[in-house]
Amino acid sequence: MPERSDTSHGFGRALVAVYAVFALAAAARSIFQLATKVESDTVVPYVLSAFAGIVYVLATWALAHNLQGLALITIGTELVGVLVVGVLSLVDGDLFPDETVWSDFGRGYGFIPLVLPFVGLWWLHRTGDTREG
Amino acid sequence: MTDQVAYGVAALAIAVAFFAGWHMYRRLEFSNPLFYAVAVLEVVLVVVLAGGSIVLGRTSRDVDGVLFVSYLVSMVAIPPAAVLWGIAEKSRWGTGVVVVAMLSIAVLAVRVLDIWKGTYA
Repeated sequence: MPERSDTSHGFGRALVAVYAVFALAAAARSIFQLATKVESDTVVPYVLSAFAGIVYVLATWALAHNLQGLALITIGTELVGVLVVGVLSLVDGDLFPDETVWSDFGRGYGFIPLVLPFVGLWWLHRTGDTREG
Repeated sequence: MTDQVAYGVAALAIAVAFFAGWHMYRRLEFSNPLFYAVAVLEVVLVVVLAGGSIVLGRTSRDVDGVLFVSYLVSMVAIPPAAVLWGIAEKSRWGTGVVVVAMLSIAVLAVRVLDIWKGTYA
């Protein structure tokens, strides 16, 4: 396993599985929200849900296909997203009347959305190192 | 969909997750007993999907049907995917995928109960 520089094998396989679950959850939630609640006055959480869904789908795809550049961008976006949305949702709850994956640092999802990008970046760093060395 | 069904499914999924986790910890290959354990869970999930769809049609509760059924279908779809993936990955993380999948099903089971009770938007 250490000699493999591929993000989709070994531990990466489990990581891709977790990302796939979140891609499914975030995308499905977004589609559901867009289909049923689009008349609502506040579009922020729904746009955000859709954005989060796209980020998770792209990150899953990038990790599964060893696209390290895209993986870095999407996981970085995910990290920024969960931190910014987490802070904003605590500071001004009215901004996000409906929950998104990233609200309250992903509390509704067991804080996994907060931990996941760190694990993802660590994994990218590790697989990237073995490729260069 | 009662508490017993949802928590029963969640407990079974967590039990299988522990079994898969033990495989992962001991670096065991994907074993036949693990396969059967996942298969039993899958049969239960198919029954829950069928039963859930039937009671959905009869209930007077204000349940979001599309959301409810889509969760049940997701739960049925996850174990086969996890098994295929788990067998394909030859390192210890192959069974790690199964751990992830089983824990996801446990979470989904509790969410489905919330949807059924109308306490989850």
